[in-house]
Amino acid sequence: MHFDAFDRYHDKESFLHRLDPRVKVLVTVIFIVSNALLPDGAWFAFGFAWLFLLLCNLLSKLGYAYSLKRSIIALPFALIAITVLFSIPGKPLSSFHFLGITFTITDAGLLRFVSILIRSWLSVQMAILLVAVTRFPDLIHALEHLRVPAILTTIIAFLYRYLFVLTDEVFRLLRARESRSGAVTGSKRRLERVERSGRGVLWRAKIAGNMAGQLFLRSYERSDRIYNAMLARGYAGRLYTLNPHEMKSVDYYATAFAIAVIFLMQWIGRF
Amino acid sequence: MPVTHVTNQFAAPECGGDVLVVNDLRFSYPDGHSALNGVSLKLCEGDKVALVGPNGAGKSTLMLHLNGILNGQGDVEIAGMRLSRENLPVIRALVGLVFQNPDDQLFSPTVFEDVAFGPLHMGLPEAEVRSRVDAALEAVRMSAYRDRLSHHLSVGEKKRIAIATVLSMQPSLLVLDEPSAGLDPRARRTLINLLRDLPITMLVSTHDMKLVQELFPRTVVMDEGRVVADGLTSEILEDEPLLNAHGLEKP
Amino acid sequence: MFYSPAPLHIPDGFLSLLVSLVCWVVTALTLGAAISRTNKSLGERQIPLMGVMAAFIFAAQMINFPVAGGTSGHLLGGALAAIVLGPWAGMLVMTAVIAVQALLFQDGGLLVMGANILNMGLVTAAIGYGLFRSVSGSSKTVKLGVAGVAAWLSVMAGALLTSLQLWLSGTSQLGIVIPAMLGVHALIGLGEALITVSALAFILQTRPDLLGEGSESAKAGKGWILAGGLISLFVVFLSPFASADPDGLERVAENLGFIGAGQSAPFEIIPDYTLPFLGETALSTIVAGAIGIAVVAVISLLVGRGMKARS
Ligand SMILES: Nc1ncnc2c1ncn2[C@@H]1O[C@H](COP(=O)(O)OP(=O)(O)O)[C@@H](O)[C@H]1O
Ligand SMILES: [Mg+2]
Repeated sequence: MHFDAFDRYHDKESFLHRLDPRVKVLVTVIFIVSNALLPDGAWFAFGFAWLFLLLCNLLSKLGYAYSLKRSIIALPFALIAITVLFSIPGKPLSSFHFLGITFTITDAGLLRFVSILIRSWLSVQMAILLVAVTRFPDLIHALEHLRVPAILTTIIAFLYRYLFVLTDEVFRLLRARESRSGAVTGSKRRLERVERSGRGVLWRAKIAGNMAGQLFLRSYERSDRIYNAMLARGYAGRLYTLNPHEMKSVDYYATAFAIAVIFLMQWIGRF
Repeated sequence: MPVTHVTNQFAAPECGGDVLVVNDLRFSYPDGHSALNGVSLKLCEGDKVALVGPNGAGKSTLMLHLNGILNGQGDVEIAGMRLSRENLPVIRALVGLVFQNPDDQLFSPTVFEDVAFGPLHMGLPEAEVRSRVDAALEAVRMSAYRDRLSHHLSVGEKKRIAIATVLSMQPSLLVLDEPSAGLDPRARRTLINLLRDLPITMLVSTHDMKLVQELFPRTVVMDEGRVVADGLTSEILEDEPLLNAHGLEKP
Repeated sequence: MFYSPAPLHIPDGFLSLLVSLVCWVVTALTLGAAISRTNKSLGERQIPLMGVMAAFIFAAQMINFPVAGGTSGHLLGGALAAIVLGPWAGMLVMTAVIAVQALLFQDGGLLVMGANILNMGLVTAAIGYGLFRSVSGSSKTVKLGVAGVAAWLSVMAGALLTSLQLWLSGTSQLGIVIPAMLGVHALIGLGEALITVSALAFILQTRPDLLGEGSESAKAGKGWILAGGLISLFVVFLSPFASADPDGLERVAENLGFIGAGQSAPFEIIPDYTLPFLGETALSTIVAGAIGIAVVAVISLLVGRGMKARS
């Protein structure tokens, strides 16, 4: 069984798909930094950033709303910022009572809150697009090119490879637990049924911990076998990789264009 | 009580050169369990030999000795070279060892990177690495899979890529640990055809007696860390007492 | 459905540029030390080990157990990784996990990844390892109890740091974010403690060699005990102080020039503002914190006992 749910890459023939991965990583990071630099309430700049995002969506051939559709994941975190609505002094807009306290939303608070959300929302969309148009192994190559230490890129490569194998094992373990506890697979309802199915939370935690321990030992032994397989193919403590990516002139032009756009965005945000 | 059977000594025909000589190999795991109790074995150039025996007989342990991943007492010689610390890199390039579980063998994110791993770590130049990857994938008829992600492959495909990962090192001896385990009939058939067509000396451990009968002229039977029989497959498969004594079944 | 984001993963946009960069610097320096240490001390075998362990932590985070009302507890893994692999390797493994979560799943941002690594990978590893190492000679029960406390504290430390970063970025108000984050994570930390303890108990039972003398876990220096202890003290004392007297903390930060600098837009100031229901004394929250730790310790001990009895 495969957990393709983990694969965020969408195979297509597009300009963005063909672009060198390090260009894509760099532009994404610069775009996100640029968002962080824009002052609160820079609506025109935010709008401009969104147009750039739209352009990228179109260039990816994934549909103009591709990243938009997937961008709700950052929303729950907005709760964390909700306090700025009330805490920044300004003209009161509206107030309500909760738990005997009066909360007053101010205009300055609203401005800050909305700005935080927009920055986050723009940034996460570009990151979504990045993995949609770049195969993860190419992303690792990009990190290698960008001088991320080899030990980290190697661990990340192994993590990516065995993510699928080990999550398969986790789901086998979870299914075995369910068949023992008599509950059926499902999300919330299943959890409630397991809760009711008998013993206390300590017992359930212990079972989960046992699973983690078991998974750890299996993984440990697997790493031994992998090490043997590496030895058998000439590994002697130093890893060599071929990195097939080469910057073409179109990659340079694309980088220059993106950086120019982002500078323009900053200028719009500050005039 | 170890069953010792009259050894069916293989009347080794004179051959051009021994690819593999194992002499009185003994090995105990750190926990004290002795897995090899004096194994001797010879493979000639071009031999295709099956290694059979019950679980725990020591087949995998023996295979791990053939390129120095484990080091027991006794001699291992590959293409006339005694295995030692100094010539380990050379020996590892000569012996292509394919592990039983392809998820252990294929540890890179993409097929290309995995097949390139061996040649790269032999220190070959990039162009040579690339041409060897292409040749190895061609040999297992998986050229179209060059840029695929390893975790997207089926078990049968993984097994074939696993073989390619050692073929790219152009070994003189191919050592396969239970290659047909877990394959569906079609994938198994593809694998059998592939092994038949590979023009290379091979030692293959398996429980698949049909595969043995079909593919290997010679069979070595192991049990309890010893070679208990070594001879023509046709003769060994007729020797019912031998098969019964070592938990094997006639195909 | 397979992958549930944890509340500590800060997305991009929620931290100011300056706070993000400062966290990146701290993280990069620590990782630099980790890399040079691992390059020196680890055998070649460690590369596949750390790689598979990163996948293990990632997968283990999906093991959940029902707590109550359809909510579930699960593992973050920083303390566990450091305890079984040693602190430096544990940090590298957690870094890879957090990086893949951010890159592949957008769970946590890229510019703020430095902060996320610091909160969830570095501090958790230091606390987990430091406290566990301080009882390396003791009985299994003591070890497991301490591991439980360490796991709980490591989550609290991550929550505290996250809150401080959000506050310094002008994203949240100190008087609310600290009690809210610490309150939620006191519970999440319980799950962390329980799973960590039972996983360690399982490992101690089946492969005691992996945690005994001569293992990776026992190799790192005693300095870690100090580091882990100091960070724990910081958490134990700062959390109650910050939630009971956020004004005081704000004054301190203001005097040190943190607040003005931390925010992206210089025209904003965080006003002094407290909610009535937080008007407790510092003492009462310190006592509450201590009781919390004691409870975790007792529960961890009980679980440890239970595991022993079963074997
Ligand atoms: N890592 C190990 N530690 C201890 N004993 C082992 C280890 N691996 C294998 N053995 C033991 O060595 C014996 C031979 O195992 P193995 O070579 O795997 O047999 P086979 O491949 O023929 O099934 C078995 O009894 C097995 O339990
Ligand atoms: Mg075997």
